Amino acid sequence: MGPLWLLALIAGLSFFGYVLGRWKSVVLSGKGALAARPGYYGAYVLVWTAMPALAILIVLSLAKPLIVDRTVRANLPETVLADTTQLSLQISGVEQVAAGLKLATPDELQNIRIGVVTARSVFARHGLPLGEDVKPYQLVAAGALNVVSDGLDTAIDAAVVAALAFGLIFAFARVRPRLRARNLVENTVLALLIAASSVAILTTVGIVLSLLFQALQFFSMVSPINFYFGTIWDPRFAAAGSTESGQFGFLPLFWGTIYISFFAMLVAVPVGLFSAVYMAEYAGSKVRSIAKPLIEILAGIPTIVYGFFALTTIGPFIRDWLAVPLGLGTSGNNVLTAGLVMGIMIIPYVSSLSDDIITAVPRSLRDGSLALGATRSETMRQVILPAALPGVVGAVLLAVSRAIGETMIVVLAAGVAARASLNPFAEMTTITVKIVNQLTGDLEFTSPQTLVAFALGITLFVITLGLNVLALTIVRKYREQYE
Amino acid sequence: MTDRALPLPPSQLSGPDVRKISRIDIGLKRRYAAERRFRTFGLMAVALALTFLALLFGSIVLRGYTAFQQTRITMIVDFDPAIIAPDGDRSPAAIMSGNAFRFDDLIAAALVRTLEIDPNDEDALYDGLDLLSKGSGPMLRSMIAADPTLIGTKKAVAFYATGDVDSFVKGTIPADVPESQRLIKDKHIVLIDRLKADGALRLAFNTALFTNGASTRPEMAGVGVALVGSLYMMLVVLVLSLPLGVAGSIYLEEFAPKNRWTDLIEVNINNLAAVPSIVYGLLGLAVFINFAHLPRSASLVGGLVLTLTTLPTIIIATRAALKAVPPSIREAGLGIGASKMQTVFHHVLPLAMPGVLTGTIIGLAHALGETAPLLMIGMKAFIVDYPSTPLDPATALPTQIYMWATEPERAFTERTSAAIIVLLAFLLAMNSIAILLRRAFERRW
Repeated sequence: MGPLWLLALIAGLSFFGYVLGRWKSVVLSGKGALAARPGYYGAYVLVWTAMPALAILIVLSLAKPLIVDRTVRANLPETVLADTTQLSLQISGVEQVAAGLKLATPDELQNIRIGVVTARSVFARHGLPLGEDVKPYQLVAAGALNVVSDGLDTAIDAAVVAALAFGLIFAFARVRPRLRARNLVENTVLALLIAASSVAILTTVGIVLSLLFQALQFFSMVSPINFYFGTIWDPRFAAAGSTESGQFGFLPLFWGTIYISFFAMLVAVPVGLFSAVYMAEYAGSKVRSIAKPLIEILAGIPTIVYGFFALTTIGPFIRDWLAVPLGLGTSGNNVLTAGLVMGIMIIPYVSSLSDDIITAVPRSLRDGSLALGATRSETMRQVILPAALPGVVGAVLLAVSRAIGETMIVVLAAGVAARASLNPFAEMTTITVKIVNQLTGDLEFTSPQTLVAFALGITLFVITLGLNVLALTIVRKYREQYE
Repeated sequence: MTDRALPLPPSQLSGPDVRKISRIDIGLKRRYAAERRFRTFGLMAVALALTFLALLFGSIVLRGYTAFQQTRITMIVDFDPAIIAPDGDRSPAAIMSGNAFRFDDLIAAALVRTLEIDPNDEDALYDGLDLLSKGSGPMLRSMIAADPTLIGTKKAVAFYATGDVDSFVKGTIPADVPESQRLIKDKHIVLIDRLKADGALRLAFNTALFTNGASTRPEMAGVGVALVGSLYMMLVVLVLSLPLGVAGSIYLEEFAPKNRWTDLIEVNINNLAAVPSIVYGLLGLAVFINFAHLPRSASLVGGLVLTLTTLPTIIIATRAALKAVPPSIREAGLGIGASKMQTVFHHVLPLAMPGVLTGTIIGLAHALGETAPLLMIGMKAFIVDYPSTPLDPATALPTQIYMWATEPERAFTERTSAAIIVLLAFLLAMNSIAILLRRAFERRW
């Protein structure tokens, strides 16, 4: 049975258990007062039926690939195991052969075994073309893989069915009027709630571990010093079997990222801050109720749309009206385009956060200043903004972190040439663009050309995490100050 | 700070000069000018932001609205059994197999009749065929395979014109450049004008845009397959992130003790909301594809990754909604003997539900437009057929837009904009539903 069938079985039997438990409690209620409402007895049986079976299914399904992998390794010859760089390739080769063996009919299997036909031709007939001929040791390992994997499947089926039957019968037998079914059910629900809330932690752990694991593999091939202080980015193509690896210099990517973010902030901070000030201080409620949601629309537009806008509208405009007349560049893909469009995208992040922060400054400060005869702009510049400064800095930092992690705009508008120059009309590239570039096409999780994306990813994660933590701490501190 | 707001040091205001205070120049003129300047800056900032918005929408709508119409060339096709089924076998399988070019012969015959050209004049025939999409033969083939009773009849069929002809008819390829630099030659223009006058060539609503999948020919390309992929992903996101998000928030808001662990979770969720989405893509690639061996390009994997990106948004929205339910409700529930769990699930959660749903819809809208993580897990494949399950290779609306955006043809630019309009329409609809929900069910305590 496949996992979907098992899940359906679990769902069906659990529902059945609910009905049974509820029915029994209703019948029993004639003999004495129930400790909980009948539905809780149903839920009690349901929990006992579903939970152990689900736990067994999940644990065994997770363990299965590990056991299968170990079997395959145990059946591969020493010479193959010795070549660790090709090992994962070998294992996936065996997996393919195993899938092919499952497709073949018994007659064909017999023919393959006595060597009348090649396994490759048989598999091809069943719609599984292989890149090369099947080697004898692969057949052995694949056979072992199929035996173990089929055996495990049967074992999982049996264990799940046994758990279902045991849970159902055990819980049903325990249903009696004095049973405190509600407490037991509620504790289970609480445990589920806790589990759900820890998904957030698991995600972070997952991000850190998965990125770190792959990045460490990369750093075992390219030294971190060469990576972080290298000034040339030239990874070469990941040709099969080639041991040549290019140069992975992080600095040009970092410079491109910073430079583009700088232009983005140059647009977003003044526009965002001034519109926040205008909204908070000058705009009438009517203007505010229209303009504020309109500006916030900018934050809801997918970044791919901004990328297309940059590519087709802003890019050619800047090229034809600024770059070419000034003689500084000829490409529609340039730092200024990407920065400008990214700035537009970030305006609402700056403006709505700043708006919140400005309106959070206590009314008394504003009233005091106005009462002393200061004009509204003086109050804003000399009283409110200084008081709100930490919060505004936090908002800007959050916006910077968004600019650094932004992908689609730079993929479409910044270009792919990794270079560090001061010319804003030059093509440059960013960390995120290179992550996308390195992971497009065929992936080999053993080549530095693929793995470098994870090294870039974890660097990006650490940078943005640092900025976020800093910004959130500042904003939080600031909020507490006036609460 | 406030001392600087006083224009003059206090010493000047004391003593016998006090009566002269009205004559002291406190720079009102200058200060009011500064005030006006400041105010204008603010107004300009708002106007600039709104201009950007208008420019963005304007440029996309202007580029894209033409793609909702498409040039069709209608011709009467004689479904000649001698050509379609030379060996007499009219089963769909027989029609789909065999010489694929025999359907082009049907089209050529129809073209000869429509343009009234000499059947032996190959040049004239090829000029006519240039106007038609190269996908017309296969289109005719699948049409006959779907309905073999057509064989032996004569019927009008609306063929797609090529992307270049389409752009020319819509006027987006200028006709006033020298012929050598033009994609559409003079001889074609003559034919187009003639077909137009006959009523054979005209613009019709572009259904292919909504039903077809990826294609190298712009006239045959559509977002239908991408829409299905996106739909699957949204279902996965909804099914996973709503229960997980709500359950997690209920624990954090209603049950969690205030300690380091919950503090950590809290900080963590706020951080996750700000992690770049491409990092989630890397996580998905490493965990779901490289480790768990789920199929690449599958909408299930896309949905899982988007679930992780959406979860923080939903948790933050749900917690705000739960927080907005006044404590009196909880106290009343507990007071009449309900357990804490019963109070939460029977009273607090139903009252918070409108807020939860609004947050979920906004989270889904964000997920719908997310592109970068999908590129990481390979959802930018060239997919022609509809995926039948979430495990089949699929593409999504934003990744389809990304793929089209990098195509050079004018007809693809137009289609990219149209696909963006479709995407924005979906986002608009979802956000409107969220706003309406909030209006309809919002309660002020």
